[in-house]
Amino acid sequence: MIKLTVNGTVRAVDVENDTPLLWVLREQIGLTGTKYGCGIAQCGACSVHVNGEVRRSCSIPVGSIKPADRIVTIEGLSATASHPVQRAWDELDVPQCGYCQSGQIMAAAALLAHKPHPSDQDIDQAMTNICRCGTYQRIRAAVKLAAARRAGVAS
Amino acid sequence: MSKVSTVKGFTAARRQFVVRSALAGGGLALGLYWPAARAAGTSSAARAELRTALGGDFGTQAEGAEVNVWVVVQPDDHCVIRIARSEMGQGTLTGLAQLVAEELQCDWSKVKTEFPTPGQSLARKRAWGEMGTGGSRGIRTSEDYVRRGGAAARIMLCQAAAKRWSVPVGEVSAIKGVVHHSASGRTARYGDLATEAAALPAPDLKSIKLKSPLDWTIAGQPLKRLDTGPKVNGSKVFALDLVLPGMLFAAIKDCPVFGGKLVRYDESMIRARRGVKKVVRVGDSAVAVVADSWWRAKSALADLPIEWDDAAFRDRSSETIARQMQEGLSASSNVFVYRDEGDAAAALARASVRIDADYSTPFLAHATMEPMNCTARVTAERAEAWVPTQNGEGSHAALSEATGLPLDRCEIYKMDPGGGFGRRGGNQDYVRQAALIARQMPGIPIKMIWSREDDMQHDFYRPISQCRLSAGLSASGELLALQVRLAGQSINAFVSPGLVADGKDERQLQGWYEKPGDAQLGYTVPNLRVEYAMRNTHVPVGPWRGVNTNQNAVYMECFMEELARAAKVDSVEFRRRMMGNHPKHRAVLDAVALKAGWGKPLPAGVHRGIAQFMGYGSYSAAVAEVSIGADGLVKVHRLVFAIDCGHAVNPQQIEAQVQGSVAYGLTAAFYGECTIEQGRVVQSNFHDYPILRLAQMPVVETMIVPSLDFWGGVGEPTICVAAPAVLNAIFAATGKPVRSLPLRKLSLA
Ligand code: FES
Ligand code: FES
Repeated sequence: MIKLTVNGTVRAVDVENDTPLLWVLREQIGLTGTKYGCGIAQCGACSVHVNGEVRRSCSIPVGSIKPADRIVTIEGLSATASHPVQRAWDELDVPQCGYCQSGQIMAAAALLAHKPHPSDQDIDQAMTNICRCGTYQRIRAAVKLAAARRAGVAS
Repeated sequence: MSKVSTVKGFTAARRQFVVRSALAGGGLALGLYWPAARAAGTSSAARAELRTALGGDFGTQAEGAEVNVWVVVQPDDHCVIRIARSEMGQGTLTGLAQLVAEELQCDWSKVKTEFPTPGQSLARKRAWGEMGTGGSRGIRTSEDYVRRGGAAARIMLCQAAAKRWSVPVGEVSAIKGVVHHSASGRTARYGDLATEAAALPAPDLKSIKLKSPLDWTIAGQPLKRLDTGPKVNGSKVFALDLVLPGMLFAAIKDCPVFGGKLVRYDESMIRARRGVKKVVRVGDSAVAVVADSWWRAKSALADLPIEWDDAAFRDRSSETIARQMQEGLSASSNVFVYRDEGDAAAALARASVRIDADYSTPFLAHATMEPMNCTARVTAERAEAWVPTQNGEGSHAALSEATGLPLDRCEIYKMDPGGGFGRRGGNQDYVRQAALIARQMPGIPIKMIWSREDDMQHDFYRPISQCRLSAGLSASGELLALQVRLAGQSINAFVSPGLVADGKDERQLQGWYEKPGDAQLGYTVPNLRVEYAMRNTHVPVGPWRGVNTNQNAVYMECFMEELARAAKVDSVEFRRRMMGNHPKHRAVLDAVALKAGWGKPLPAGVHRGIAQFMGYGSYSAAVAEVSIGADGLVKVHRLVFAIDCGHAVNPQQIEAQVQGSVAYGLTAAFYGECTIEQGRVVQSNFHDYPILRLAQMPVVETMIVPSLDFWGGVGEPTICVAAPAVLNAIFAATGKPVRSLPLRKLSLA
């Protein structure tokens, strides 16, 4: 049994150590908001937070995670989609198909946690997830909107 | 199944029935069951709980009064609008709902939507019309009948009120979900009138007068999408996320060489692995491992020794295919002459300047973010599949074919695809595979998921082609003659070889059409010859967002730039001279030039390019501003578009589609290429099939110039001008035309 702390709850899962965290989240724990896109840390669809850092869960063997590590998935980002990033995403109608958006939102939330006032360059560097629908322009706008919200500039 | 037992308000017998039905074929059971549940007065919370236990409310239709096939009105005034087309991100769901709601005159804040299933469509004789969603047709080919559906429902609701009040129907009117009788001041809500309205005879649809788009208040507005909420909190259930009771998971391996066969596999190596349930043959070219989780299935499959017979096409490579295309460029036989106006050869011979160029574009994979997947449950009596599909009826047919069960015993639950781009339309290979696997494990829902590698190597690729263009200019720089010879693979030939056996396939020539309406060439050239040499390969091909206008626009519009430069005439002016007979093409060109400030000075090192083209019923033009660093890195600073799609149902979604088409089109221009070695696709994942990312995304400005006298598409038209505008700007920067894609020597900054 492997113990994981996911969205504040301790879970015990009976899987092989080399199973990627992504698939444990999706298949054993049932949190399907985190997506599979490539499996090789290229696309970011599987982005989650591990101890506050954005990580690509498809490339983390579950056995390498300690029980005390704090894993947060899109489902745990906020209880009511009220995180400033989620609100900005909703307000600007960022998603098209939506498949990549959990990962995009997790990446953006981590960016803002570290850099509350990101420059365009910061956004370029942090937001490297693939969106095949091409929602990038709205993603950039939404990151800025969320940053402004957090700073209380807009409300 | 333990959850079912917690449902309150059900007798034990009924609970049993639900459990059994869920195992035997839940969708049908649910469809039959809900009325009984309603009759029993079950609370909606209990029903919701039941639904979850059964894995969703697939195939159930909303409660309420069905005024007609498009509109169900609920007692609390919510209007459920039925949407036949698929929603894969392009916004059609919201756009179609806007069109219905406009005529229905309901309260937009109380609109819900639902998808009828292909089984329901079959049972009701295709009451919702076409379900397939491709070719940017979702709105343009159904706008008329969905608007009439909305209007008919409004008329019936008004009639019901008039009848109730015993007043002439001409004295009542509807606004925002309420019918008013102004003379008496009486009002009635839709929710209150719906049952009476539903009992009335339907009005004659053809004689309904639809609102003028100039009077629209819901359609035509930049309303927010109806489906955003679940996409920002992880709660949206894509087909890949589906969980059904007792479900097992399948990973599949198809012969890497197209057209190859599965000879044998040795399951003894993996049979005892933890979680592995079964190893099954899938058709004649694939094998699948079924396990208790997809990861276990995939890991076991990776260790399964498999022997293929791939001799037939192992000798094919990108080189052999390129030679095939080159032969097509100069061949004198097996060539279809599509347009032959004037005498291009003679005019070329006497032209004072002659320009020749060969262009080429590669095979491209779709790479939808959600890989192909399908869940199927098959018994001897019934088959169901949960499919991320662009074509529900195509999925239905594939399920029936693969299971041998008639259509009326098959059902498809359409799941919103995580990207479509043409991959999930006519070719329902993944449905067939899932059904063939599920058939071998009767009654068990099997979720088959492709890995990204499977997805990239078993696509229906954008067809490869090369194009030879020859032009003759007069001394004063007029285009006297143009010869176009396209050599390339045909989608139609792949889908139904008999259809274009003679090589007369106009579809591959999209954008050079003579006739107006779909993809008409926007130039009048006195001596014009357009030819197609169909050269098919063993690689499967299919529609790919904007095909074939996006390859053809690169050929045509980049060549036009070469001509304008040779003629020493401004790029816009050179084109305009030939566009007198094509005012709509010219109007978007003029609009984009004006908006982009064509001809105005640019910062040092920044260069402009322009392109116009027509596809999918709409007119598009783009201007790009580009600079190239000393390191060869191309920065696209700005892309300005003008699109005339006739009617603009939701301007903010059109804007989103234009932006998306830029990302898709520039990915193709800078990176996209699937090469063939030993008969198989070399690229396997995003490391060797890169996709444009946020940092490279230019600022896109969109101008919508709807001329209101036709209905054009939105999802695809603009992709065809994005790449050529950028390529022409690169040409302006370097002095060298770009004739072969992807751009290998330059990459995006
Ligand atoms: S699925 Fe993890 S980065 Fe693509
Ligand atoms: S919204 Fe579809 S992949 Fe990003």
